[in-house]
Amino acid sequence: MAYFPILSFITFLPVLGMLIILCLPGTQEKLIKGLTAAVTATQVVLAGIILHSYNYSLSGVFQQNSFQFIEKFRWIEISGLSWLGTVKVDYFLGIDGISAPMVLLTALISFIATLSSWNISKSVKGFMALFLLLDTGMMGVFVSLDFFLFYVFWELMLLPMYFLIGVWGGPRKEYAAIKFFIYTLVGSVFMLLVMIGLYFSAKELLPNGTSAFTFNLLSLMDPKNYTATGILSPLNPHNLRFVAYIALFIGFAIKIPMFPFHTWLPDAHVEAPTPISVILAGVLLKMGTYGIIRISYPIFPEITRQLAWYIALFGMINIIYGALCALAQKDFKKMIAYSSVSHMGYVLLGMASLTTVGINGAIFQMFNHGTITAMLFLIVGVVYDRTHTRGLDDFGGLALKMPVYTFFVTIAFFAAIGLPSMSGFISESFVFLGSFSVDSIRIITMFSTLGILLGAGYMLWALQRVFLGKFNEKWNMLTDLTVREYLMFIPLTIVIFLLGIYPSGMLNIMNTSVNSLVDFMNKMPANFSMLGKF
Amino acid sequence: MTEALLLNISLVILLLPLLGFTTLILLGKKIPGSHWIETFFMFLALCLSVYVGFGKLAFFTGVSLVKEATWIQLWNIPVLGNLQIDLGIKIDNLTAIMLFVVTLISFLVHIFSLEYMKGDSRFSRYYAYLGIFTFSMLGIVLTHNILMMYIAWELVGISSYLLIGFWFEKKSASDASKKAFLVNRVGDTGMFIGIMILFTNYHTFTFDTIYAQIAQGHLPFNSPAWLTAAGIMIFMGAVGKSAQFPLHVWLPDAMEGPTPVSALIHAATMVAAGVYLIARVFVMLTADAMLTIAIVGMVTSFIAATIALTQNDIKKVLAYSTVSQLGYMVMAMGVGAYQYAFFHLVTHAFFKACLFLGSGSVIYAMHHEQDLRKMGGLRKKMPITYAAFLISTLAISGVPFTSGFLSKDGILAGTYAFASLTGHWMIPAVAFLVALMTAFYMFRLVILTFHGTPRDQERHDHAHESPFVMAMPLVVLSVLSVFFWYGLNPANPSTGWFLDKWVKTPTSIVPQGQRFDFMKSEVKETASAEKTAAGSTEAVVHSEHYMHAMHQAHYPAMGLSIILGGLGILLAFSMYQWKKIDPDKLAEKLGPIYRFSLNKWYIDELYGATFIGGALALSRLLAWFDKYVVDGLVNGAASLTRGVSKLGGLFDTYVVDGLVNFTAYLSGFIGIFFRKFQTGKVQTYVVFVIFSVIILLFIFRPFGF
Amino acid sequence: MVQVGLTHFLVISAILFSLGIFGIVTRKNAVMVLMGLELILNSANINFVAFSRYGNFGLNGQVVALFVIVLAAAEAAIALAIVLNIYKTFATVNVDEIDKLKE
Repeated sequence: MAYFPILSFITFLPVLGMLIILCLPGTQEKLIKGLTAAVTATQVVLAGIILHSYNYSLSGVFQQNSFQFIEKFRWIEISGLSWLGTVKVDYFLGIDGISAPMVLLTALISFIATLSSWNISKSVKGFMALFLLLDTGMMGVFVSLDFFLFYVFWELMLLPMYFLIGVWGGPRKEYAAIKFFIYTLVGSVFMLLVMIGLYFSAKELLPNGTSAFTFNLLSLMDPKNYTATGILSPLNPHNLRFVAYIALFIGFAIKIPMFPFHTWLPDAHVEAPTPISVILAGVLLKMGTYGIIRISYPIFPEITRQLAWYIALFGMINIIYGALCALAQKDFKKMIAYSSVSHMGYVLLGMASLTTVGINGAIFQMFNHGTITAMLFLIVGVVYDRTHTRGLDDFGGLALKMPVYTFFVTIAFFAAIGLPSMSGFISESFVFLGSFSVDSIRIITMFSTLGILLGAGYMLWALQRVFLGKFNEKWNMLTDLTVREYLMFIPLTIVIFLLGIYPSGMLNIMNTSVNSLVDFMNKMPANFSMLGKF
Repeated sequence: MTEALLLNISLVILLLPLLGFTTLILLGKKIPGSHWIETFFMFLALCLSVYVGFGKLAFFTGVSLVKEATWIQLWNIPVLGNLQIDLGIKIDNLTAIMLFVVTLISFLVHIFSLEYMKGDSRFSRYYAYLGIFTFSMLGIVLTHNILMMYIAWELVGISSYLLIGFWFEKKSASDASKKAFLVNRVGDTGMFIGIMILFTNYHTFTFDTIYAQIAQGHLPFNSPAWLTAAGIMIFMGAVGKSAQFPLHVWLPDAMEGPTPVSALIHAATMVAAGVYLIARVFVMLTADAMLTIAIVGMVTSFIAATIALTQNDIKKVLAYSTVSQLGYMVMAMGVGAYQYAFFHLVTHAFFKACLFLGSGSVIYAMHHEQDLRKMGGLRKKMPITYAAFLISTLAISGVPFTSGFLSKDGILAGTYAFASLTGHWMIPAVAFLVALMTAFYMFRLVILTFHGTPRDQERHDHAHESPFVMAMPLVVLSVLSVFFWYGLNPANPSTGWFLDKWVKTPTSIVPQGQRFDFMKSEVKETASAEKTAAGSTEAVVHSEHYMHAMHQAHYPAMGLSIILGGLGILLAFSMYQWKKIDPDKLAEKLGPIYRFSLNKWYIDELYGATFIGGALALSRLLAWFDKYVVDGLVNGAASLTRGVSKLGGLFDTYVVDGLVNFTAYLSGFIGIFFRKFQTGKVQTYVVFVIFSVIILLFIFRPFGF
Repeated sequence: MVQVGLTHFLVISAILFSLGIFGIVTRKNAVMVLMGLELILNSANINFVAFSRYGNFGLNGQVVALFVIVLAAAEAAIALAIVLNIYKTFATVNVDEIDKLKE
């Protein structure tokens, strides 16, 4: 087991599946769907194996030797390039307590999304092939520890997403797809710039005694590796770390999406087909916050501390602004999209606290939001499949016609409200407890608690409009859930309750790493750099 | 009977209703008669509660039993070290009594509902909801930490939401359930902030650990103001759940739920949870916080009582009466009459549950008619219901020999004593006024419902006494509204076992400077001084002044309350029974005041216009802002880019490409010019050659000329 | 009595040359153009002979002149043949009309 490259396997398995699918004739729809389901199910099993053999006491974060399931070898090496010296990129995979939950989440959500794409009828082959490519991209982002590799995966997932929205989407799919693509690409450009800047600022000692520029994230976290003149080196008195931090942050913030970069999200969600909405909300949004925790935080600890207040502020704005916007929506899916904006605000707020409790809450919230929002989008998908409308006011009294569906809806909505005994409660509480304990953002936290109230407001209002009240006879032909839909909802329901009642299952995975991250962040001396005088 | 046994049994009591809920929600429709499972579980829970209550009160009177287990543990946190969140239960006398109250009323409501809810299409679902409610309520009662309290608090809120909106086909029901949940959430949010204050400073949620640290002088953020803030914020939770002003608006609307649910949740147990919460955090309340609580309670009891005077819906009157009585309890907590507040909680739970179930019985008999103006003369038709209802009404009006008399007098005396020590005379004044109003509107209710002549003959003819399963709970509850269960002296409850042995005011742990004078520790100068070191202080619950004032207040308060209660009853009889005063004319005369009361002080309208309207308007504004400004900026950036690119395109077409074309054009032009010389005739060329040679010769002059 | 010297020959030769050029350039008839060509050849011959007589070149000049005469005869024969062909092709010997080069 020790030497089995399980991370590579879990990452590239979908690509393998994609290649097989590409060789199959497009008419074999059942086979293609079955194969996709098999691939994603295998991923879930692999994730289970990873979880099973995961060592809870290793921290990771910035120490290579405490990462787990490491795979590292030279991917690209060009030596003797005059002043550049050796250009090298590592194929470097590994997980710690921060990425492990995300790997689990990606596997789970991909599987659920496959189930929900069962009634895609337009060009199944293309859909599934792109879907699997997307899967690889997402998984790769969460397991790579080399900035270059990270970037490659980050971009890899863009392209299939573009086509999946643009081809299989709703009426305004082209607009949504292009908006998503360009918006994300803008973020990527920022990231690329910072990546290159970092590359030329730090040198890593090679085994043969020479040193070379590096993309290795862990090396970039170590201030000892920085050169005296690098543009992003803390040792350089005229460095641009402050600017770089903000650029990188914007790159990630677009993905979260953080106000005011969030407007691609409602459009993309509304137009995307259900499985893609599920992936988008369930996994893609997490990549932004994950990137911040994995890259921005430990590479720029001193600036993070300096800007924590602003991150919290934007978290608060996300929470309240997203909730209020959700309150005003008339489209079911758009409302849920805005609720995502609001819920991701909790993640930002928790991260900004820089405390163990807060960051634990933030990562936990990432996971929980992934499962809960996935369920919410599935719910919209079920009713949209049957009625081809999403207007909140077009329905009424569905609880009478579809009691089992309403049962799951109620669970998902209550989970989104943050009801105790469901996972969302723990993570939101942790976020609040963590951020409240920091003096500077206490007031922000107090205002953010408004989100609890507003969240209940829009969720219950939607519940009332769609499911309660007098039954709208127009929908007399509606049927309750099918077996396949049961299969989508039940695992998520179980996860939501399980983590609500036994949160330690997830918290224990994260705790050691988060402690180590918090410790690292706080120990970095304040004069680590000149704090970006520009 | 050991501690461990009692604790384990309590756990079983807690989990039984949850088991019932899970069974019914998953299998309810498949098993016919599944509601009997839940009812049986409740019966079991009731028996066990009696056992636990007996064991605790008889053998472990003075100690609290605690059982806890780690729920979440975060190791090695930088600076903090290990962080541990425990789940646990704690049984003290309060808990034991509450366990009994909750399981008893819940059981009776289960029984009552067998008939009341018969034939409902979601019958098993209803019992499942009752189960989850009972579980959550028991959670509130049993918990030993404030996080679990909050969890149960929210669960209670959600079960209340589900039950109020049980008949969700009705728009009004789903509106009411949503309103109840949201208004409660306002309070809960405040409570959560309070919890955060405590957790941030003490890194634990367990009550006892927090109190131990406060007692050692470790204040939140080292400031008494934050301690006050924590107290008031946690009290916010009680404001929401116990429907205190300004969050009382949900409770009357909650009457949209089935009537047995109103009895269980919105009269006896859930709404009393707020008072229970105050009791739990009583020791850490500063004087400022207590005064705030007292004033909120006072305002609530007054507003609700004035509204109850004029309502015409039988359940609305009871709902406002509940709000008013809860205001009483909260006020009593605020003035330090801890014992009586809790005492009133218990007595009120019984008689108010009885009143609600009685009204349910009436409504059932009247085929779901709730309007008082269509009732009347039911006394003969429904003797058992009438008797039970009357006893409970006497109790709530504070007539001697009832349980309500004892507890209410205690509260009145408490406010009186408080005022005499601190000078806040407003509080007892309002309290006595409310006592008068309570007696009046409750008897108005009884007379309009049961006395006189039927106003809707047809319904009256069909009315009949309710069957046994509905009458039995009424009888049990009304019997519990008589004084002797709580003490043998019908005039002085403090000598009874309930107050003398079971419920004691805990000692405040707030720093001396933050307490009311009458709760400060003082140097004992008498016999006890010999035992303790000279000059040391001994912790006391109340100073001697207070005991003295309380003693003095007792009989005047009792006399006054009897007089005022009698007056209120007399007034009700003279207006509605004997028709000496015409209520309609009085209403006409008091025009604006009457309408003000009838329309519930226009508070709903006010909230609708300000908070709800404001939030919705703000949300629409922000949605607009999002669509047109934020997204407008994005699209604007896109348009701008496109504009720039169009400009670039133009530049490319006309300037860059223009240059290229110009070069071609120029060479073409030159070509056209030179083409003229290309005649194709050799002769012309020869001429050119010759002239060229001549010119060359002239230029180079090879031969020197 | 004016001594006839080199200059006089050269002048005559130049005049002949000019006349030849003039003929070539101005005549429209191809045969006349050929005659102009002959004039030029002959002016060259005069030059050769004159330089041979007055310069220190031996008999080279006369020899070349004889060559030229022979070549001129050959050339005239070929040229007339070409003119005939031109006439066959274009049905004219007017050089102005024969401007295929222009295309």
